[in-house]
Amino acid sequence: MAFFGFAHGVHPPEEKELTSGLPIRRMPYPDELILPLRQHAGKPAKLCVKVGDYVERGDPVGLADGYMSVPIHASAAGTVTAIDLWPHPDGSYAQAVHLKVDKYALQAPRPRTVPRWEGLTVEQVVQAVQDAGVVGLGGAAFPTHVKLVPPKDHTVHTLIINGAECEPYLTSDHRTMVEFPERVHFGCRVMMYTLGVKKAVIGVEKNKPDAIAALERTKPKDLDITILPLTVKYPQGAEKMLIHAVTGVEVPSGKLPVTVGVVVQNVGSLAAIAEVFDTGLPLLERIVTVTGHGLKRPANLIVPVGTKLKDLLAHCDGVTADAREVINGGPMMGMSVSNLDAPVIKGTTGIVVLTSEEVREEKVYPCIHCGRCLEACPVFLNPSWLGDLARVKRYQDMADNHLADCMLCGSCSYVCPSNIPLSQLFQASKAALRRIPAAGAA
Amino acid sequence: MTTPNLIVSASPHLKDRDSTPRIMWTVTASLVPVILSSAFFFGVSAILVILAATLGALLTERALSKPGTLRDGSAMITGLLLGLSLPPGIALWMAFLGGAFGIGFGKVIWGGLGQNGFNPALIGRAFLQTAFPVAITTWPKPGGNFFALKGDLFALPFMHPASDIVTSATPLGLFKFEKQLTPLVDLVLGTTGGSVGETSAVIIVLCGAYLAWKGYLNWRSPVSILVTVFVLGYVLHLINPTRAPDGLFQVFSGGLMLGAVYMATDMVTVPTTNKGRWIFGIGTGALVVIIRVYGGLPEGVMYAILIMNAFTPLINRVSQPTVFGTRTLKEAK
Repeated sequence: MAFFGFAHGVHPPEEKELTSGLPIRRMPYPDELILPLRQHAGKPAKLCVKVGDYVERGDPVGLADGYMSVPIHASAAGTVTAIDLWPHPDGSYAQAVHLKVDKYALQAPRPRTVPRWEGLTVEQVVQAVQDAGVVGLGGAAFPTHVKLVPPKDHTVHTLIINGAECEPYLTSDHRTMVEFPERVHFGCRVMMYTLGVKKAVIGVEKNKPDAIAALERTKPKDLDITILPLTVKYPQGAEKMLIHAVTGVEVPSGKLPVTVGVVVQNVGSLAAIAEVFDTGLPLLERIVTVTGHGLKRPANLIVPVGTKLKDLLAHCDGVTADAREVINGGPMMGMSVSNLDAPVIKGTTGIVVLTSEEVREEKVYPCIHCGRCLEACPVFLNPSWLGDLARVKRYQDMADNHLADCMLCGSCSYVCPSNIPLSQLFQASKAALRRIPAAGAA
Repeated sequence: MTTPNLIVSASPHLKDRDSTPRIMWTVTASLVPVILSSAFFFGVSAILVILAATLGALLTERALSKPGTLRDGSAMITGLLLGLSLPPGIALWMAFLGGAFGIGFGKVIWGGLGQNGFNPALIGRAFLQTAFPVAITTWPKPGGNFFALKGDLFALPFMHPASDIVTSATPLGLFKFEKQLTPLVDLVLGTTGGSVGETSAVIIVLCGAYLAWKGYLNWRSPVSILVTVFVLGYVLHLINPTRAPDGLFQVFSGGLMLGAVYMATDMVTVPTTNKGRWIFGIGTGALVVIIRVYGGLPEGVMYAILIMNAFTPLINRVSQPTVFGTRTLKEAK
């Protein structure tokens, strides 16, 4: 079996064995759900309920505001108790609907709100997926229906499905592929139909042989789907790295994957598309890996969207005494959670609790130009040089040295022996450049 | 649920455990066999010279730098390497001064660790070469009693050291000035005259290989230097065998091994990219051979590396990696 990969990258400890063998379980409904109206890339949803309203499971609480937006649905039946600004997992505050879950409701699926797939036109499928509030479940939460049809001036020849899951600790995509491979294939069928492509490739890191086997076993005979084992390396699941591994083509700097004729979708999103058409319910829950050495009982859970992180952690028996940091997402690119009242949203791939041993603060030394960051950077930047520029605030020079191509994967910070927070410097520099419009355009 | 105090930090939240001090101290540790072999060849004198140079480097770092910088280990390496590059019979106060000058003018004045343009150990040595041209080219014979001093080591500062010591020219000096070739086996084993650490090629190569295996040494610079010296030496030898010794002789003689393995790999003063390290190595190797064959000095490793250090920013400029997707972007246009 040949393996496909990319140059550079790093090998952080995988730590996936904490949860990779644990079957997905369902988490019970908490007493209260928090539904932020901004859970996806694009415009936030428009509020459509008021305090005191009773909503059934699957009713919208916010409606799509234009094409680059999706609705938000009540993930359980209950009463709207408040609508206010509430901690968002990204660290900010966002308008959110508080839902007191009705303990006596059946929470059973109502008559389907999403039509059956068979016989729908492409436009109808796109509409159904948008109405169901499906977004990319790999973390970025890009509205899925936008990716279902290629832009007018481009043709797509291959659908690439991202099952790399290169972030340490996370196993939600892995378990999805092992337990619901038919859903992945079904979602793949829907997307191949709407995109009009004949070929699909599912890229899976070779450290998930059971996922590869499950996908091979359930592969539909009538579709051209290839399951491609990928080298185990971070960030193999970065869109451009994955495309390079699968097609051998470099997506031009600053361009979208569609310019090289591919569309990338995450396995979790495909499973979500399948589930939406299968159950007839919109996207109300997602699979979250709750893990880390700082957590007493790691698990892969089906979590209702809107569950507060503290309820989620409590369901896993809480954190250990040496827990130090709670990460929303994987430990390489995820964000520290500053408030455990923040809810799980559609883009929450995992919650990782790190211990004080793992996040101990290290002394920062001067850059000794060892070149390790250059060896690590998957897009061939010179982080050492960019870091020098960032320190003296030469943002324009950073832009000229391709700062825009940095995807903040954190590989440079990970390897730096002088513990220079390169990735953080670049994030701040990108933000500074956005404040200077002329510089940002260059 | 009770939660302990949690922190918020920027991603990535995991970190490779390697650190700059660990790199520096591992390099220091890898020098131990080299130091032991120099003691084997030159006796206690070698140890004393290394100690004096290191003391000069450490005290200067302590006096002029921010507190705590001694712990990063880089001043230690500078001192040890300087000591290894000096003749075993040099007066100790000179070695001490060299270490102090190397750290003071080779490193601290530039802004400390990571900021200097030139290898501080070689800056110290270049200073000594200019200030005490005789003392630094007086090469005692290896071997003899372990405790016999190889020169007037304890001469008082600024006094002219007595020179009643049995000296022997280095193999490169012998060839250059007396057209006499040293057998290759002596060069490889290190049983020749020379500076403290420019003796046993085998041990230096083994220590370097260990560092390369640990990932603390980029093999590209030493390999490109040695290959360039061999090839260029071989070609010049074919053209004029009386002027240029053959390639293998060139590779194993003089301070080339120590320079190629330990000084041309100093991360701070050589280019950061692999491409740049190839350019740096080839340039250094070529300069070594040119100085040895056509220059006035028998040995040229120190000046070759220092000259290429000066080109490092320029090499960095032309050897930047090609950013992902920029080639295809150009093709698309």
